[in-house]
Parts: sequence; structure tokens; C-alpha cells
Amino acid sequence: MKYKSQKVARLYFIAALVLFVAQILFGLIMGLQYVMGDFLFPYMPFNVARMVHTNALIVWLLMAFMGAAYYLVPEEAETELAMPWLATLMFWIFFLAAGATVAGYLLLSYSDLAKLTMNDMLPTMGREFLEQPTITKLGIVVVALAFLLNIGLTILKGRKTVINLVLLMGLTGLAVFFLFSFYNPTNVVLDKYYWWWVVHLWVEGVWELILGAILAFVLIKTTGVDREVIEKWLYIIIAMTLITGIIGTGHHYYWIGTPEYWQWWGSIFSAMEPIPFFMMTVFAFNMVNKRRRNHPNKAAMLWALGTAVMAFLGAGVWGFLHTLAPVNYYTHGSQITAAHGHMAFYGAYVMISLTIISYAMPMLMGRTAANSNRSQVREMWGFWLMTISIVFITLFLTGAGVLQAFLQRMGENPTPFMVVQDKIALFYWLREITGVVFLIGLIVYLSSFFVGRNEPEPEVAVAE
Amino acid sequence: MAQAFTKTMARNIFYGGTLFFFLLFLALTFDSHGQFPSRDNRAALESPDLGPKIALGKKLWEENDCIGCHTLLGEGAYFAPELGNVYKRFGESKEAIMGFIKSRPKDGVPGRRSMPQFNFTDEELDALAEFLKYVSGINTSHWPPNVNG
Ligand code: HEC
Ligand code: HEM
Ligand code: HEM
Ligand SMILES: [Fe+2]
Repeated sequence: MKYKSQKVARLYFIAALVLFVAQILFGLIMGLQYVMGDFLFPYMPFNVARMVHTNALIVWLLMAFMGAAYYLVPEEAETELAMPWLATLMFWIFFLAAGATVAGYLLLSYSDLAKLTMNDMLPTMGREFLEQPTITKLGIVVVALAFLLNIGLTILKGRKTVINLVLLMGLTGLAVFFLFSFYNPTNVVLDKYYWWWVVHLWVEGVWELILGAILAFVLIKTTGVDREVIEKWLYIIIAMTLITGIIGTGHHYYWIGTPEYWQWWGSIFSAMEPIPFFMMTVFAFNMVNKRRRNHPNKAAMLWALGTAVMAFLGAGVWGFLHTLAPVNYYTHGSQITAAHGHMAFYGAYVMISLTIISYAMPMLMGRTAANSNRSQVREMWGFWLMTISIVFITLFLTGAGVLQAFLQRMGENPTPFMVVQDKIALFYWLREITGVVFLIGLIVYLSSFFVGRNEPEPEVAVAE
Repeated sequence: MAQAFTKTMARNIFYGGTLFFFLLFLALTFDSHGQFPSRDNRAALESPDLGPKIALGKKLWEENDCIGCHTLLGEGAYFAPELGNVYKRFGESKEAIMGFIKSRPKDGVPGRRSMPQFNFTDEELDALAEFLKYVSGINTSHWPPNVNG
């Protein structure tokens, strides 16, 4: 860590991990409600647990992205953060707002929360992933603006690198597209059309710029490969992302009242969306093979390579699986969607967050470059437990989804939804058990922060 | 990557490609807006009688987070039945929908996935049913494949 102000990242990373734990606990509650329908009913209906699960996910990823920016922007720009105090202040505003919102979900009925927060004045609540009260959404906008100002000024006064520029474009895009969450017409087709401008243009658009920039930063640092080479890769990856991903939004415009030509546009362009993810995999392995030094933080390297592989599997392969219109006709809004959602979110955005946390945390805790061997080994156990669990969660949900599509949507005598759900309960049990293993993996991972603190950093051979 | 392919070229592809495809996306969006009126059941929305009811129905739909358990036209949660076509599934009967929502037991159904009792007034029930009827009138290119959603 070269600049004092980078330290503010630590707050963001710790809060992110706390919310990660909450996310998983509520995921397990839902997983149980899937098979024991009356579990916690009526105290915590399924939809409430789901809101906490998905909103905690989004907020902790945003926290991790902000932490990543506060850490890497000063280092890239070779200057202190423009306004460190603003970063700290915004952290507390964001964290308290997130806490208050979750408390509102848990303690009030959703309709009371809507009344309390005066949803009538500017109704934005009650849409998937955008369940936050309008006031919370406005808070997010304020935090995002202050954040962009801080980062932007830092970049302006310092060295301008491609990584910083791409990161800034990604984060700006994130804030801009979030504004569509305030557009909520009664017309359901229009509502859904622009809802995807937040959701799809985030995860298959601007967030990929953030992902690429963080990955490139960690690879430069851990491999010592020439910046020119890495920056060229970064540009070409994000070029492919947006060239395919913008029109690729069309894969959500097949069955929601939109014109039928979207079946062509959406299928063709989204079928190419795996390309940038594949390039990311090639890129990461190439850079590691060409490394000019051996970085002592082996765990961070593992996370970086893991991200490259799992993002391709979850977004690329599992995305492709259901993205062509004739397939999507049978899988739309089924457990196949959930399977893909889990592996893509984990593989791309959870793992890149844990990559930068793994890389930066040792320095933020006052070490030179890496944690002790013991701590790293523990962290890598966490990596494998969580990653293998998500693979199996995805496989079980895929099994459930294939059966669901088959029983409910195909054949001579299609079966009603609730009956089908009963028939495929075995898969949900397996998913829940695997979820418990995921939680164990998360605990192992978190415990790695507390072991071997007084032990030295591992020695590394100077590279060839 | 070959030396002939420079960083500047990569950068130009990024900016040029992004700009081009974003503009194309805007053009397609513009064209879609032209086609929406013939597909999105606007007649119901614009009817002086039904319009306000549907608007109230959508507000209730949102303020009770129905999407947190159900899908609507395939988007939402996968815990409970698709509701975009529930009007058709329930024999085109608003009364059947209202009756279902109204009759949810307060403490759920033992051992079964349960839907909360929202204590809606008759006017609110009617608005919700009208909203679901309106959605079922959207031209979704024959999705879902059958009445089970
Ligand atoms: C906590 C989850 C949950 C929420 C929230 C919820 N539902 Fe349901 N809903 C269910 C479940 C589960 C069923 C299936 C019940 C059964 O078959 O026993 C269901 C069934 C229905 C059905 C009948 C569907 C069919 O095909 O049998 C309708 C209509 C319905 N819900 C409307 C609504 C509306 C309107 C709202 C919002 C005001 C809502 N639901 C909110 C869980 C929920
Ligand atoms: C990291 C990147 C990605 C993430 C985080 C992600 C996440 C998600 C999530 C959460 C959903 C469910 C949305 C909802 O609730 O309705 C979804 C839907 C979908 N995704 Fe992705 N996705 C990513 C990349 C991709 C890619 C690259 C493709 C195509 C190749 C793809 C294809 C789809 C399709 C077709 C759907 C709609 C499913 C349906 O019809 O129900 N995704 N994605
Ligand atoms: C570890 C155990 C986990 C369990 C048991 C679990 C369970 C669930 C359940 C039951 C749902 C709701 C599905 C529905 O709508 O019916 C859900 C949704 C979701 N979960 Fe998880 N989850 C877990 C971990 C995770 C992780 C690690 C991530 C992120 C990386 C994640 C991301 C999501 C997302 C994005 C959705 C929305 C999916 C969609 O709309 O398609 N979950 N989860
Ligand atoms: Fe998408």
C-alpha cells in the first residue's frame, strides 16, 4: 500500500463480507422454504427472505466495487485520494441506509414499509431487485455521485491509466443506468423494457468493465507482465462485451410484449456474449504463464484465475444454454434461470470481489504483500469449498429446471406448477445441503483472516 | 496477440463499437415504441373505466411484493405460479382470482408453500384482478407454452 488514503477500502471490504454472510443465511432460509413451505410462515414469508438475499448481494458487491476503487485508483493514479473524509462519510451513510432498509424489510410488512417511506410520491418499489424504498434509492444515487466525484477528481489530478479510465467508465455507467429504476409506468411492457436497462445493462454491460479493470489490476500486480500488453487485452475484452452485450439485451425481449424481431437480435447478439468471458479466461491464464515474478500472495492468484474460469462457466456457458429464443421459450423464468443466476453472479462478481479483497487486505492490515502461509492455505480451502458448492448448486438447479420445463411446459399432458414443484423436491433438498457446505466454506474463508497473523509472509523464489 | 495489432486499435474498436451498437440499440428501442401500441393491451390502460383500476392494481401488486414469490411474464421469483396468464388459467374469471387471494389462511397451509393473507378490501381485490386480466391481454408471442405457465 503506497498511499495512506487507500486505507478507507478496508471499511468497505469488511462491511461487504458482513453482508455476504447475511446473504447466505437468508439464502438458506429460502432454500428450506422451498421444501418445507410453511417454514417461518407467516413471520418471514419467502418474498421477504428473497429481498434480503438479493439486495444484500447487490449492496455488498457495490461495497466491494467501491472499496476496490478506493484501493486501486490512488495506486494507479499515483496520488492520494482527493477527499478521503468523503469516502469515510459516504461509507457510514451507505452502511446505515442498507442496515435500516434491511431492518424495514424484516420488521415491517412490505406494504407498511411502502407507506412509511411514502412510495406514493414516486413509486419505485416492488420490482425484482429494485425492492428498496424510493428514499433508499435516492440515497444510493447520492452515495454514487459523491463516490464518482471523489474517484474522478483523484484520477484527474494523477497519472491517467487505462485501468483507471475503464473502471471509471464502468462505475459511471453503473450510476447512470441505475437512474432507470426511477422510471415505473403502469404499462407493464414499458416497465419491463426499461427495468432491464438496469439489470441486464449492469451485469452484461458496465459491470463487466469494472470486472475487467479489477482483474487487469490484480494481474499486473501479481504477474509483473508489461502494462501495455494487459491494457490491450482489457480494451479488446470490454469492446467485445459492449458490442455483444448492448444488443444482447434483446434476450430479455422475447416474451414480454416486445416486437418479435427481438428474437433474432437477442439470440444472435447474446449468443456472442460468451466471447468476452472466454477471452478473459485466456487472458488470465496467459498472463500468469508469462509472469515475470512470483508473487507471495498465492491465494489472490487463485481467486483471479478462479474468476476467469467461473465467470466463463456461469455467464458464458450457462448463459448460452438458455439464451436462444427457441430454448428460452421453455426455460424462461424457470429453475434454469436461477441456476444461471447463481453461477454467473458468483463466478463473475462475487469472485472478482474476493479477488481484490484477497489481494488488498494483507496490505490494508499492515503487511508487506501477503498473509502467512497458514492463512493462505485456509483461504484456499474456503475458495474450493465455496466454488465447488456453487457448481453443485448450479447442477442441482439445472436438473430441477430441466424436469420443470419438461413436466410443466412440454408433452401431451403438462402438469401444474405446484405439482411439478413437489415432484422435483429431491433436487431442492440437494441444493439446500450443498448450500450448508457453502456456508461452511464461507466460515472457513472468514476464519483465514484470523489465523497466522503473527507468522511471516511466505518466501518466494525470484522468477526465472 | 500479434504486434501489428496495437493498443490504439483495440481502444478505437472499443469506442467505435460501443457507440455504434448503442445507437443501433436506441434505434431498435425507438422502433419498438412504435409497435408497442399494437401489442401491449393499451386499450385496457386507456379505457376511462378500467385504466384507474389497473393502475391501482399495479400499485397493490408492487406494494405487496407479489413479484417476490411469483413470476409475471416469466420474470420474478420461481417459488409460486406464473401469474401473467392466471386469468386464462382460472377460466377467464376475475371472481376466481379474487376468491383465491381472499381465501388464503392467515397462518398458511401446513407443510405447503403458502401465500400470505393480505386483507384486501373488495375494491382492492377487484383492482388486482383487473391488473392480472390486463397483463393476460398482452401479446407475448405465445408464451407461456401452455396454461400451466
Ligand atoms: C410469500 C409468497 C407469496 C406472495 C408474496 C404472494 N403469493 Fe400468490 N401464491 C403463493 C403461493 C405459494 C401460491 C400457490 C398456492 C397453492 O397452490 O396452494 C400462490 C398462488 C397465487 C394465485 C393462484 C395461482 C394459481 O395458478 O393457482 C394467485 C392469483 C396469486 N397467488 C396472487 C398473488 C398476488 C396478487 C400477490 C400479491 C398481492 C401474491 N400472490 C403474493 C405465494 C405468494
Ligand atoms: C456475469 C454476468 C451475468 C450475470 C451476473 C447474469 C445474471 C442473470 C440473472 C440474475 C438472471 C435472472 C434475471 C431475472 O431474475 O429475471 C439472468 C437471466 C438471463 N441471463 Fe444472465 N447473467 C450474466 C450473463 C449472461 C450471459 C453472458 C448470457 C448469455 C449468453 C446470459 C443469458 C441470460 C438469459 C437468456 C436470461 C433470461 C432467463 C429467463 O428467460 O428467465 N446471461 N442472468
Ligand atoms: C449458499 C446457499 C444459497 C442458497 C440456498 C440460495 C438460495 C436461493 C433461492 C431459494 C433463491 C430464490 C429463487 C426463486 O426466486 O425462487 C435465490 C435467488 C438468488 N440468489 Fe441465491 N442462494 C445461495 C447462494 C447464493 C450466492 C452465493 C449468490 C451469489 C453469488 C446468490 C445469488 C442469487 C441471485 C442473483 C438470486 C436471484 C435469482 C434469479 O432471480 O434468477 N445466491 N437464491
Ligand atoms: Fe441478460
